[in-house]
Amino acid sequence: MDYAAVVLLEIIYMIAFLVLTSAGLAVVFGMMRVINLAHGEFVMIGGYTTIACAKAGINIYFAMLIVAPLVVGVLGLVVERLVVRQLYGRMIDTMLATWGLSLLMVGIVTFIFGNTAVSVPAPIPGYELGEFQMGGYNLFIIGIATLLILCMWLVMRFTRLGLVARGAMQSADVASALGYDPKRVYMWTFTVGAALSGLAGGVLAPLTGLLPSSGGAYIAKAFITVITGGAAVITGTLSSSIIFGTINQVVSFGSTPVIGEIAMLAFAVVLLRLMPQGITGRFFRNAP
Amino acid sequence: MSEMIVETRDLSMRFGGVLAVNNVNFNLRERELRCLIGPNGAGKSTLFKCMTGLHEINHSNGRVFIRGQDVTGWRPHEIVRLGVGIKTQVPSVMNGLTVWENLWLSARRIHGKNGAYPEVDRVIEELGLQTHMRRNVGELAHGQRQIVEIGLVLCQRPKLVLLDEPAAGITGAEADRLVELIHGINQQAAVVVVDHDMNFVRMLGGSVTVLHQGAVLMEGATDAVMNNAKVREVYIGNRAK
Amino acid sequence: MIGDAANFSSAGRTHWGWIIAISLLLLLLPAVFDTNTPTLLGIWALFALSLGLMWGYAGILSFGHAAYFGLGAYTYAITSMNLGESTAAWMLAILLPAFVAALIGAMMFYGRISDVYMGVITLVFSLIMAKFMGATAGDAYSIGNARLGGFNGIPAFPILNVPGDPSTLIIGVPLYYLVVCCLIFCYLISRWVLSSAFGRILLGIRENESRIELLGYNAPAYKTAIFSLSAAMAGMAGCLFASWAEIVTPALFGLGQSVEVIIWVIAGGLGTLMGPVIGAVLLGTMKLLLGGQTFIDNSLVIGAILVLVVLLLPRGLLPTAMGWRKQQDQRSVSRARNNSMRRRTGERRQPRATAGQDKSGGQS
Repeated sequence: MDYAAVVLLEIIYMIAFLVLTSAGLAVVFGMMRVINLAHGEFVMIGGYTTIACAKAGINIYFAMLIVAPLVVGVLGLVVERLVVRQLYGRMIDTMLATWGLSLLMVGIVTFIFGNTAVSVPAPIPGYELGEFQMGGYNLFIIGIATLLILCMWLVMRFTRLGLVARGAMQSADVASALGYDPKRVYMWTFTVGAALSGLAGGVLAPLTGLLPSSGGAYIAKAFITVITGGAAVITGTLSSSIIFGTINQVVSFGSTPVIGEIAMLAFAVVLLRLMPQGITGRFFRNAP
Repeated sequence: MSEMIVETRDLSMRFGGVLAVNNVNFNLRERELRCLIGPNGAGKSTLFKCMTGLHEINHSNGRVFIRGQDVTGWRPHEIVRLGVGIKTQVPSVMNGLTVWENLWLSARRIHGKNGAYPEVDRVIEELGLQTHMRRNVGELAHGQRQIVEIGLVLCQRPKLVLLDEPAAGITGAEADRLVELIHGINQQAAVVVVDHDMNFVRMLGGSVTVLHQGAVLMEGATDAVMNNAKVREVYIGNRAK
Repeated sequence: MIGDAANFSSAGRTHWGWIIAISLLLLLLPAVFDTNTPTLLGIWALFALSLGLMWGYAGILSFGHAAYFGLGAYTYAITSMNLGESTAAWMLAILLPAFVAALIGAMMFYGRISDVYMGVITLVFSLIMAKFMGATAGDAYSIGNARLGGFNGIPAFPILNVPGDPSTLIIGVPLYYLVVCCLIFCYLISRWVLSSAFGRILLGIRENESRIELLGYNAPAYKTAIFSLSAAMAGMAGCLFASWAEIVTPALFGLGQSVEVIIWVIAGGLGTLMGPVIGAVLLGTMKLLLGGQTFIDNSLVIGAILVLVVLLLPRGLLPTAMGWRKQQDQRSVSRARNNSMRRRTGERRQPRATAGQDKSGGQS
């Protein structure tokens, strides 16, 4: 019974992890059809910001929930204005340029912080579930991810901002018709996406030692999750996270974590072959 | 009795909530000339795409026969090989290649390595493309690109030719030439022309099928159909007196 | 008349003068330089050529081309370790990637998968290979005599020998000559393909896949074929790498390697054959030079280069350099720019209603 609870928790945790690390990428892809391959580095920089703040004495929750998103949001703004804006409509070029930016950022962070791992302890202690020792911080992560999805849904559904956003998703003309300059809508969208990536990095910072190359671990899974999810931001990310998180953990429990990851990757290929537009290209078409 | 070049049976095509093609039974005989008209959104281009496999269909959509062969569910390249050529509504040509190269690719499939060259020369001559031969198609004007696309169709000597708005953006004298060209094609092939320009349709002659909201409203000789009250109502939107 | 380049100029020309001149230079190089680094550069150039052929002329961008490079390397290592002789290993290292690519290509192209989604699938395949190979530590994971070795890879396998004579190893200068010959051979094969009807149809597919289908060509079949050929060349490069490095590791399948080759191709010039070669040689040299010091990180420089190339030099180095020479002929310059840019972007699809969107139109 306890074992079942542990497995369930691990699955939910994996889903939350995927949601958290994909949200930023999903917002930008779903709204602008832009694939920001520097997303992993945004997450990484969010982590470094949090750790630097924590080491400087700032409250860690404040650092990860406020400072990190702000810092990375500003970074995203700069990136959008200097690079991404020049390449709208050119999806492959955007992917290549943002990949270049990601390499650039890794280089800069390495230059500043060096190549040794930095870390900060998890602020929430572990607990026991029957005879299993569980990480308490994981529950916090699950909580944040849930809160995130909820907030995004509420904003999309019930605020004017969300309405404009959903309109701009359909086409830039809709945003114009509503009286908003599409360029500014895109600029803020990218900024929000970057901020979400920073948030993820901040929240995940206490988990392991952070290296400049840590971003690479996030981008591949996030990329696959978002593309397979399809164009709908919330529903797409959620559905693919649920599917992949479950498969990853279930197979991992049955064999090894590596096999679990491979199973998840293989399943992504199968899904895409069956649904070339992603999950929400076929189901839940008009969901936010 | 001459063979049916193309025949659709109870063909329907739905996009989300919209029934773009509604139980259409469309037939065409060898070397027949038909104009397919109807207001915007009537389903004309969709019908073409169903006939050429550009929209994937299966037996739940109905059936399509080309030269007696059931091509329901076939892919475009398989259907085209039965002798079908289509000029699409938006010019579908290879913009980064020259006019000559475009035509060569088309001619190569039917006429083979050696026969392709004289065929390309023949079509260039017939369509008057000599001056543009070495230019990239992407640099040409819209009307010229349409001519190139017709050239692509001609190179394959098809038995069924579908022309979706060939007269779009074409003026007076060019329109006359186009009518002549289509009549020339009609000597060897059945032709279906979609267009909005009623004068052009009249000049072509042949018979007319009117589509409205995805269904066949009426079929018959050009003048009879054009003067029909119901047809005019559909086009003009008020009761014709 | 195959080779009627004057008529089908979009497929490019075989510049025999340049080819002979460069070949001579390459063959005389060992008289002046140590061949160790040039051999590696030649291997990378071959790898870049394989991607450049497929991407520049058929419009197929793979985000995981390293999978076939790595597959070639590992296949060689495992086979030569088991057989003790390299000839069969060499052949298998070329054929196996080709075969695997044919399977994956068929699955993708017949399934009408478009741009981005194809990027995901090719990426995923290389990630699966990398992860799998990285996890194969221990005796349990071995093929015949060869232990797969997990992260550490496979060391100490027999390197290439003269066919039929296992004691005569191809190492040092002879290996350099072998690499140069392979590079020239594959270059000529590529030129031959491009001057044939098959190659010209590929150009048509790149420009407008939908229209090519409407002309009666089975586009997925052609795409699968070129994908397979490209993988074979990448496998050959991988095999040569294995023999040069004398060790194969999972990093060969890695994302880093896949992205690097993409950068080499577009920096050098997408849409040409020499461009990727030049890109690989120049950027590869830079990577090796930077690797020798720790002040400036290689990532930083190559990242900056990639961003700058995409923003400022969309055609890449070679076409830009050639463009300066032909400054009078403005039309060809703008045409090439638009071609090159649109080649990478693939917008303006003409979708098929139910199946996925197939790439057409926008590859101008």
